[in-house]
Amino acid sequence: MKRFRVVLLLALVAALGLSALAQAQVTLSYRFWDINQAPAMEAIARAFEEKNPGVKVEIEVIPWGQYWTNLETAATGRNLPDIFWLNAPNFELYAGNGMLLPIDDRLAKSDLISIDDYPAALAAIYNHRGKQYGIPKDMDTIGLWYNTELFDAAGIAYPDENWTWDDLVAAAKALTDEANQVWGIAAELNLQSGFGNTVHQAGGYIINEDRTKTGIAEPEGIAGLKFWTDLIHVHKVSPSMAQMTDTEPVSLFESGRVAMYFTGSWNAIRFANNEYTKDRVDVAVLPKGKERAVIIHGLSNVIAANTKHPEEAWKFVEFLGSREAMEIQAKTGTVIPAYMALQDSWVTSIPQFNLKAFMDQLDYAVPYPASVRAGHWQQLLVDCLIPAWSGEISIEDAARDAEAQIQEVLASEKR
Amino acid sequence: MSGLPMRGGPPKPFVDQEVRGKGVDDVSGINKKKLQDWFWAYLMIFPTLAGTIIFSIWPLLQSFYLSFTEWGAFGFYEWGGTVNFERMLGDSVLWQSLRNTLVFTVGSVPFGIALSIIVAVLLNTKIRGMSTYRTLYFLPVVTMPVAVAMVWRWLYNADFGLINHILRSVGITGPRWLTDPKYAMLSLIVVSVWSSIGYNMVIFLSGLQGISKQYYESADIDGANAFVKFFRITLPLLTPTIFFVTVTSLISSFQVFELIFTMIGINSPVIRHTQSIVFYFYRQAFVNMDKGYAAAISLVLFVVILGVTIVQFRLQKRWVHYE
Repeated sequence: MKRFRVVLLLALVAALGLSALAQAQVTLSYRFWDINQAPAMEAIARAFEEKNPGVKVEIEVIPWGQYWTNLETAATGRNLPDIFWLNAPNFELYAGNGMLLPIDDRLAKSDLISIDDYPAALAAIYNHRGKQYGIPKDMDTIGLWYNTELFDAAGIAYPDENWTWDDLVAAAKALTDEANQVWGIAAELNLQSGFGNTVHQAGGYIINEDRTKTGIAEPEGIAGLKFWTDLIHVHKVSPSMAQMTDTEPVSLFESGRVAMYFTGSWNAIRFANNEYTKDRVDVAVLPKGKERAVIIHGLSNVIAANTKHPEEAWKFVEFLGSREAMEIQAKTGTVIPAYMALQDSWVTSIPQFNLKAFMDQLDYAVPYPASVRAGHWQQLLVDCLIPAWSGEISIEDAARDAEAQIQEVLASEKR
Repeated sequence: MSGLPMRGGPPKPFVDQEVRGKGVDDVSGINKKKLQDWFWAYLMIFPTLAGTIIFSIWPLLQSFYLSFTEWGAFGFYEWGGTVNFERMLGDSVLWQSLRNTLVFTVGSVPFGIALSIIVAVLLNTKIRGMSTYRTLYFLPVVTMPVAVAMVWRWLYNADFGLINHILRSVGITGPRWLTDPKYAMLSLIVVSVWSSIGYNMVIFLSGLQGISKQYYESADIDGANAFVKFFRITLPLLTPTIFFVTVTSLISSFQVFELIFTMIGINSPVIRHTQSIVFYFYRQAFVNMDKGYAAAISLVLFVVILGVTIVQFRLQKRWVHYE
């Protein structure tokens, strides 16, 4: 019995000692959705641990399909990971409900990173009511992709940085060959890669900075939308809404049925790996409307407001935004690093494409339009625009419907 | 009840007394034993019962409560009274989705059942390769719904799809099956009927196996032909199975979701003409993040399904023959 007691005592001491040791070690959880980027994130975490003894980073990959439900559940249970990824449509939902830790003070004192290391419009996405919550991780912009073979066959010069909307319409008309079911352009109904850009190019806006008003039904907003519906119904140079629902525009572009297509830098890899497009397409900056504009988007690393280790969590986010971590990320080539000084490496990664076009537009890039309930009004906006894209109602009526419904959502955000 | 007439005396009080006397003894005896039985019985069903309570009954009560709340993000909500139900009255999209659901149900359930019965009767005969046919018809049931939807989307594709390709070869320009409001619902119903045949067929086969051969033998003696036998014997005796399949088919057809989600999609020009009430519920709960309103919608669906099912059980006396 006595011996048993001694053993018990020893075990107790050992347990206490171990737990004391564990307390000295801080463990941070880092959650994101992209398994393709896990090796890079793992490498960054290891590099961080080496520099910060006593801090451990645990990586949790939740697939995209479950990520937002998972995160919402975690936030509802006040059980968010210390650090995680957010995108623009979801950011303000979390920031606006007090789920995120503001980082302004720590960022101001940092000697590792500065907000000027990232494109201003990208950093602005993660600023909510004057407070910065996230450090950008990667970025994308939109370009005018075109099929060189179809351009050559029609004998038209390729798009360049001097192109305007009129040039695009003229080229689309020349490229359209109804008999062979080839269209000049795909007028896809898409906020980020489509009408969001042209509304800004027409001098308008989707959502104002205060998140109190939408500009979709103002003359400039309507002009930006009409650009697309005219391509379908007036100039007849695009497949119909029904056709583009049956077969995705990107597939039409990849099979040579569509000569021009607005889409993001994220598709560069896809087009480079596609047998047909890899040496038949190229990309240029978006054509100029009344002015120049392109929507910029990118992910951000954010910290949970109720993290137990705000200091260590910031250190990791700071490191994730630093040149060293961004270099590790850039090497994998899956995304464009948000760190501006490193973007050249991505530009040269696919030599046959003019990827520089995506970077040339940074000077006039505008943030991806969002607000607290962005997911809600973005769907309403698309719902309202569908009948106009199908030609059932005028674009003016559709825009006014959308305006009324979006205003209602924006009003509900203030409550 | 041992109500045996006893000779030579009034049996009733005696029996009553005995029963009562025995009963008292037995009640305490049985109770103890019964309690023990109950204990073990409940212990055995506890895992399932707990699962049902935690994952079905509790959420059911919760969503009932939630339908009276106004939902904010991350679990913040406030009591809203009947605000969600008032909003429903003016929500024309909701009523259209309810109407779409009814059209879908009326279009798919009767055809699905009729075709399954025909297939089951045909496969109930002794023909060569019967099990192969049964397997073929059952295949859609064990195939992933998303895979089924992908294949059908390809078949239906207006420009490159197989259906229109065949129509074109005989000189017909096929319609845009999934993006023309006139055809989209029909296309969905076809897929729904096709994928429900296999499961219903198996149920009907087992129902057919339960019909005694004697009826057919005596009908043969009376010189009845195959049609008479089908309508006078098979169909009436199959009614209990038909009733079961009708109830389950109606419920699952009222809850149709993934077919619309995978084949039409939220951004399709025909989504308004095809979205079901559960799809609209999904949109409110997970796109608009308005879980209070979504819960109210699910409550309405619950009441509709409950009502339809009660009516069916009431009506079954009129047409269901139990042997």
